[in-house]
Amino acid sequence: MTYIAKPKFHHPGLKKNDLGYTHRDYEGKISTLCAGCGHDSITASIIEACYELSIEPHRVAKISGIGCSSKTPDYFLGNSHGFNSVHGRMPSVLTGANLANRDLIYLGVSGDGDSASIGFGQFAHSIRRGVNMTYIVENNGVYGLTKGQFSATADRGSKSKKGVTNTDNAIDLVAIALQLGATFVARSFSGDKTQLVPLIAAAIRHKGASFIDVISPCIAFNNHAGSTKSFDYVREHNDAVNRLDVLVGRDPIAVDYAPGTVQMVEQHDGSKIALRKIDADYDPHDRLGAQTFLARHAAKGQIVTGLLYVDPDAEDLHEHLNTVETPLNTLEADTLCPGSAVLDKINASLR
Amino acid sequence: MKPTDIAAPDYFHKVVDCQWACPAHTPVPEYIRLIAQGRYSDAYMINWKSNVFPGILGRTCDRPCEPACRRGRVEETPVAICRLKRVAADFKDDIKQRLPRPSPKNGKRVAFVGGGPASLTVARDLAPLGYHCTVFDADPEAGGMMRTQIPKFRLPNSVIDEETGYILGLGVEFKGGHRIESMKSLLAEKYDAIFVGSGAPRGRELDIPGRKDAAGNIHIGIEWLASVSFGHIDKIGKRVIVLGGGNTAMDCCRTARRLGGEKVTVIVRSGFEEMKASPWEKEDALHEDIPILNYMVPVAFKHVAGKLIGVTFQHVKAEYDAKGRRNLVPSGDPEQTIPCDDVLVAVGQENAFPWIEQDCGIEFDKWHMPKVDPKTFVSTNPKVFFGGDAAFGPKNIIWAVAHGHDAALSIHKMLSGDDITERPLPDVHVSSQKMGIHEWSYDNDISIDKRYKVPHRDKVIALKDIRAEVELGYDVKLALGEAERCLNCDVQTVFSTSLCIECDACADICPMDCITFTGNGEESDLRQRLKAPSPHPDQDLYVSSDLKTGRVMVKDEDVCLHCGLCAERCPTGAWDMQKYFIEMTHAGSTCPTKSRSAA
Repeated sequence: MTYIAKPKFHHPGLKKNDLGYTHRDYEGKISTLCAGCGHDSITASIIEACYELSIEPHRVAKISGIGCSSKTPDYFLGNSHGFNSVHGRMPSVLTGANLANRDLIYLGVSGDGDSASIGFGQFAHSIRRGVNMTYIVENNGVYGLTKGQFSATADRGSKSKKGVTNTDNAIDLVAIALQLGATFVARSFSGDKTQLVPLIAAAIRHKGASFIDVISPCIAFNNHAGSTKSFDYVREHNDAVNRLDVLVGRDPIAVDYAPGTVQMVEQHDGSKIALRKIDADYDPHDRLGAQTFLARHAAKGQIVTGLLYVDPDAEDLHEHLNTVETPLNTLEADTLCPGSAVLDKINASLR
Repeated sequence: MKPTDIAAPDYFHKVVDCQWACPAHTPVPEYIRLIAQGRYSDAYMINWKSNVFPGILGRTCDRPCEPACRRGRVEETPVAICRLKRVAADFKDDIKQRLPRPSPKNGKRVAFVGGGPASLTVARDLAPLGYHCTVFDADPEAGGMMRTQIPKFRLPNSVIDEETGYILGLGVEFKGGHRIESMKSLLAEKYDAIFVGSGAPRGRELDIPGRKDAAGNIHIGIEWLASVSFGHIDKIGKRVIVLGGGNTAMDCCRTARRLGGEKVTVIVRSGFEEMKASPWEKEDALHEDIPILNYMVPVAFKHVAGKLIGVTFQHVKAEYDAKGRRNLVPSGDPEQTIPCDDVLVAVGQENAFPWIEQDCGIEFDKWHMPKVDPKTFVSTNPKVFFGGDAAFGPKNIIWAVAHGHDAALSIHKMLSGDDITERPLPDVHVSSQKMGIHEWSYDNDISIDKRYKVPHRDKVIALKDIRAEVELGYDVKLALGEAERCLNCDVQTVFSTSLCIECDACADICPMDCITFTGNGEESDLRQRLKAPSPHPDQDLYVSSDLKTGRVMVKDEDVCLHCGLCAERCPTGAWDMQKYFIEMTHAGSTCPTKSRSAA
């Protein structure tokens, strides 16, 4: 790891966002991960997305579990709220926090071990409930902290660094998320920021359960020939269905693409996603189609990336529960507990 | 763009902005690191080899390095390179043992006209090679303008004595009080080569009405400074006007303040901003309660019966023509007479060669300057070389030193029977600074301290004693703080395309957003596509050859902190921090530190 702090100096000509911050203002501590870790690129992408959206850092809660990926919230948004939970329990802690204060932006950061093994059930239920969050899995296919055992997302037939072949079937978290009803589902690659940054931005602006699976090569244990999560393999087998630009705020970016190639998606909050189609037939509003597309391409060994499914009119957990607009944590005691008279009335209505 | 050729010595040299800007190409970051380590003698010797007069230059240099310093682009102020040089001189041990030994004479004789910085540099380079060097100077002691024109409160005699002494101690013969009156007779003495380093000895006149009538109270700046320096003049009137805006004017006004001038005023034709004086010299003058009035052109000296009573000025303003050239035109305000007792005229210096006869084989151009080759410094007489102010007009000490090195090389080559137009390439060393996984042989933790001020002597005391040095120099603690501000620009970021896996780790960690991975293109196009703006096109782009994905790595050298984080975060060692050390070619090897550049 690097021992010195990242120098405070920044490029004198750095652009500032609407809040007057540069992207450097969205950084956290210096990374303690291995040099070259894909997770650091995801960290940089989150920083970039939050900077571009002019998010106020103190309006963000970043919540993680255990693992290399779950260490990363320390490396971005140093002025945000953070919670490093028990292994695999990030989704539950996030759900609880979201219920208590619906006004924050929730970033759930997890890994393949944290979400596909020990926390698989937690992952499933938070998606199923439609918690308003951006759930990012930094997926490297190995347990890096324990020196490179296969994780649950490692492809069957792929080889470990020592040459052992994986005989278990892989969990495709994107397929599961689609099946469980996530309303924003994407896959990307840590080595492709031009695709990843707008995906994160769009997911943050999405109301409902957003899920992004980011393939993130483990430099130390999963970047060799025979791996299906290495830089080289992902670059060779990356089948991007689309690329996107997120248009927010007062001055929308003039998008100049050939007609018919761009699909505009307007999200709940008025922000727009300009989807540049690469696969002309791909329809990101067709959940069933997405599932088939994914399965067909996976069988061919291709890694489908891009915005795979989005429901711009999604509802979230709070709407399902019909909670008040005011965050529960700011309600006064007399509102939360209206007294025995009201209780008697409720009890009476149930008799 | 084509992949950058980092094997070309100039590429990395340019990245070391200070060294590139220094006429003598002093390895600045190298000696600053040595100062930080407390190795003052080593730092001094690095300087001594390059610029010959570290103690003198550490007080008086015009500092072309500082405006070039990368730190000035990263934050507001550059590293105080000049004053750190003085630190090396102030805190060094006895370095006499490290100087070259006078070597057996090779039988060749070289004469020097003038004993200033240019001549002494040539002599320093030639004497250890066995040349018999004879330096003639009209003044009794060596040093030239360093001794006569720079006031003692900026440069004490002890420093001049020490550093000229090192050179004369190499067996150089100094003939003081011996003015060369005729080039022809000097040539007749059959020297193998003659070096003219006689400076620009004549102060420019200001021929306006009243000049002759009031001559008793009107003095030419550099002549007056020399007289003060030798103790011939020790007082001046209470009200003094200094005409001119260069460093000589600043020396004049500050000297006048110490010789009884109570109301000293500097008056310049141009605007305050365009004055030729270095900003810090203007600051020092203002600090000593000397106002600087601008846009005023002197039109007449007022006098009563030969006694000066004032100077009349016309007010002007600057107007710019279509080509952007500035003209000073009358502003229309009425003329103004400012009363005074004495005037010091410091409106420029000129060369004068009345002692060079027309039939010496030395040709002059239409400006009465000798025709001198700018690379070899030879005149049209193949045995006569010029350098310093005598070659191309008034510049400053560090340029004189740079000329001296080149002229010495020419003289050595000529007298060895070589072609003097063939200039050997500099010697370049590049070596990795990696000590461990995240350990480097240099301190890569970037200091965010602001520039440290050099302590000054109390003004009341300083103004009472013309020999009391105003600047006291950094102490060890301040010097360490200032040295830490150096960004180690000589520790280069070296990129190996074949090792790169394009993981983006370097681009993500770089605090200055210097690194971009993108498709190749023309330079103007690439500069538009970098992660951060690229406002300085004179700063190079370091471009790799094509990477696996077809993109290239582009690094804008502009504001790189040389913190090495790109190399620390690189998983494959595609980035490495390598120290670049360049040694300019001097005549022979005059310095014993050649093979032992400090780590």
